[in-house]
Amino acid sequence: MMEECSKGSGAACSPKLLDLIPKEMEWAVAKGKNGDVERSSVEIRKLELRLGLPGDDEWSLKNTNTAKNMNRERDHHDSLFSLGYFNHGHHHNHHHHFHHHQPSHKAGSHEMSPQVGPVAGSSSSSVWFNQQQQQLAPPSSFLQFPTTTKAATDKQQSSCLLLPTVAKESSQLCCTKVGAIDLQQGPAEKKAFSPPAAPPTPANTAVANSSQKRTAPGPVVGWPPIRSFRKNLASSSSSSKQQQTTDSQSGNPNKKAATSDKPVEVCKKGMFVKINMDGVPIGRKVDLTAYDSYPRLSTAVDELFRGLLAAQRDSSAGGNINKQQQEGEEKAITGLLDGSGEYTLVYEDNEGDRMLVGDVPWHMFVSTVKRLRVLKSSEVSALSLGCSKQEKMVAMK
Amino acid sequence: MNYFPDEVLEHIFDFVGSHKDRNSVSQVCKLWYRIESYSRQTVFVGNCYAIGPERVAERFSGLKSITLKGKPHFADFNLVPPDWGGFVYPWIEAFARSRVGLEELRLKRMVVSDESLELLSRSFPNFKSLVLVSCEGFTTDGLAAVAAYCRQLKELDLQENDVEDHRGHWLSCFPESSTSLVSLNFACLKGDINLPALERLVARSPNLKSLRLSRAVPLDVLQRILIRAPQLLDLGVGSYLHDPDSENYNKLVTAIQKCKSVRSLSGFLDVAPHCLSAFHIICPNLTSLNLSYAPGIYDNELIKLIRHCHKLQRLWILDCIGDKGLEVVASTCKDLEELRVFPSDPYVGQAAVTEEGLVAISRGCQKLNSILYFCQQMTNAALITVAKNCPNFVRFRLCILDPTKPDAVTQQPLDEGFGAIVQACKGLKRLSLSGLLTDQVFLYIGMYAEQLEMLSIAFAGDSDKGMQYVLKGCKKLRKLEIRDSPFGNAALLMDVAKYETMRSLWMSSCEVTLGGCKALAKRMPGLNVEIINENDQMEFVGGCDDDRQKVEKMYLYRTLAGQRRDAPEFVWTL
Repeated sequence: MMEECSKGSGAACSPKLLDLIPKEMEWAVAKGKNGDVERSSVEIRKLELRLGLPGDDEWSLKNTNTAKNMNRERDHHDSLFSLGYFNHGHHHNHHHHFHHHQPSHKAGSHEMSPQVGPVAGSSSSSVWFNQQQQQLAPPSSFLQFPTTTKAATDKQQSSCLLLPTVAKESSQLCCTKVGAIDLQQGPAEKKAFSPPAAPPTPANTAVANSSQKRTAPGPVVGWPPIRSFRKNLASSSSSSKQQQTTDSQSGNPNKKAATSDKPVEVCKKGMFVKINMDGVPIGRKVDLTAYDSYPRLSTAVDELFRGLLAAQRDSSAGGNINKQQQEGEEKAITGLLDGSGEYTLVYEDNEGDRMLVGDVPWHMFVSTVKRLRVLKSSEVSALSLGCSKQEKMVAMK
Repeated sequence: MNYFPDEVLEHIFDFVGSHKDRNSVSQVCKLWYRIESYSRQTVFVGNCYAIGPERVAERFSGLKSITLKGKPHFADFNLVPPDWGGFVYPWIEAFARSRVGLEELRLKRMVVSDESLELLSRSFPNFKSLVLVSCEGFTTDGLAAVAAYCRQLKELDLQENDVEDHRGHWLSCFPESSTSLVSLNFACLKGDINLPALERLVARSPNLKSLRLSRAVPLDVLQRILIRAPQLLDLGVGSYLHDPDSENYNKLVTAIQKCKSVRSLSGFLDVAPHCLSAFHIICPNLTSLNLSYAPGIYDNELIKLIRHCHKLQRLWILDCIGDKGLEVVASTCKDLEELRVFPSDPYVGQAAVTEEGLVAISRGCQKLNSILYFCQQMTNAALITVAKNCPNFVRFRLCILDPTKPDAVTQQPLDEGFGAIVQACKGLKRLSLSGLLTDQVFLYIGMYAEQLEMLSIAFAGDSDKGMQYVLKGCKKLRKLEIRDSPFGNAALLMDVAKYETMRSLWMSSCEVTLGGCKALAKRMPGLNVEIINENDQMEFVGGCDDDRQKVEKMYLYRTLAGQRRDAPEFVWTL
């Protein structure tokens, strides 16, 4: 490997190659300074021209084009992509040969090409590896990293040195200075290349947020990847826990607002349950994850139905149950939770039982509720909720 | 090849067990294909839409046991709408028509209706074993049919299914003459159970080796059951709530002492943790312990229990055990091979284990080969240490609860750590990634993970290159599932032939467009490329503007059965 290395690249490249790796940190540091960047990238360009890719024509084409685009901020994705695309057909066994001879030798300097893409990874990585091995201490794999985190700097350095870091290399050497600089300045660099000992640069967080897909503030659908079966465990067992002395440990599910992903609704963020009100033919849906307590839910129910109820009363002929209400005026729906109002809030749980809202802790309620109903309080007392089996049968509809 | 009579070949093939090997055997020549096909008794179909049941029945005339898997893995996490598919009914019906002598049916992530269970129970007189994992669509009425009509039933194993409980008395549907039961697991049922019927059933089942109870079975019944069935090997405790001073508890202790054969313990669905000490006596015999359904057990109780479990090979627990608890595991359970640590609070913030616990485990448990670890944070250094300590991983699944969290100490991506894992663990077959990851990690995976068969990616990578590295490098890849990662058409279309060497590919919330999927479908007619379009996110009006729309969910799989006919409206097969 050594031989191949020196064969194609020539002495001139070695010091440059070496320099580039440890200077990763400098890249990051120097990214704002055009001068340094300029210099190194010029060296890179020379390197590029010397080392050709198997797909040589496209390569140099890309090369020259992008050489002009040194300071452009975009396109690094495109350039990396197309280079990878060109190369894909050429090498297939690359990954086996990190420590062995390259299988797909081609005569001349092609082997030495620091290629972009997976192909690049293998052949250039071997190259890198051996060069580095020669020049530095001989840890040959990940496994020899110092394990203490105090040696973060060393680790970072050695990790850069020893591992085939095609993305980095490609950005440094190959393709495009655009690619190089952009990659440095782009998300990958900000994540990967910042000086290990330094605290996270503001760039880190900026980048992390720029890739919108991958920031996940708050609950994300299907995350964390555990089955619904498990998500409901914490809340459903909390009833038993209430009977015991609580050594408040981190495993205590009572603390948590178990807004579980129980598929009451299909794969949506938030948990929407149907809510119907006596006397109102059209139901609503309410997102339980938007509330964290019963009073809030009660207020929401009031808001949802106040208008509808008023409309119903307007349209119903003649005498109202509640004489205090004037036509056209909306009356607040209160006392839903304590039986004091005209209406009472009940729900149907996962076992099909109709239950009074408010008995259990909120998170437990959220995890077991299937739908809500706003019943006339007069009916509620007649129904003896959740007690007798007969009622259950009836209520299960 | 013609030297041996068929019977001899058949006899030789009997020794070839794994379905992969049998598949290879059948490729040798026509004769071997024929003999292998009629002599194969156990068939594995990893994707129920990859082939039609008629064809399976036709080829494997001696079929006795079949395993079917339906929905894609991400369905477990609510990423697949219900009604997507995975119905077992057509299979049961086809087998019934073809008079397959079905004895065993094992299903995972399939929709099982009561009708299918009824048909099953009536169509196969020798039916012995029903195992349902993560299935749905049936009720206790279906179970009643199975109990009543499967006269030779030995195994009824319901794992984590979503069963609608009609509170029928399915347990009492086991005829009084039924004494063949070996394994009964109904832990996932939520409703009431006919307790006397259960006790009678256990009493008349002398071969019962595995019994996992649901929450509805209280302590006193448990105690009586244990007295009746001291020969149990595998016990799942239902409800474990009681007063430690009660007579019931004392009786339980006595009963447990008699259960010297129990090797596997699980359940504790409702639990009074202080009373776990009753089980300490059987802990030294345990090889498998699953306390992951029991959030009520605090770390100190867990630790006390685990200290007795020297022979443990498999441990599933909740993260409330904490890093300290894991250290105890590491020092006690030297034979540990599989560890799963689940989050007790599924939402970000409160996981009680960190990279330290994982490192401790790796130091203490040299035989560890399978891990699923939900944690608060991770570092490259820890992963590298773990890789060094445990090069034998076959399954390595790490889930940091905050999906794009970097190395907790250095704030770097976790590329290096995972890279170390794939490099050190030469036999790695399954990998799940999490944390902040760039294309680099995929380069490592492509380079080193030669045996990798299943890879799960979420919120990772920077560009198409990431996915391309994987597709190029992982020759043995069978299942690839990706969500919320910036891989687009270039990656998707890079090597379309590869998908025929794989079982399936799932991509959701990526950069793949409708045009890319169409192109893929066009080039590869042997694949079903399904677009799952819930909520009418996409318009399929026609015209090239459509094609630039991003596809929210795509699932493709190789198939011999062509486009499936049971796809719902929101699934388009291109």
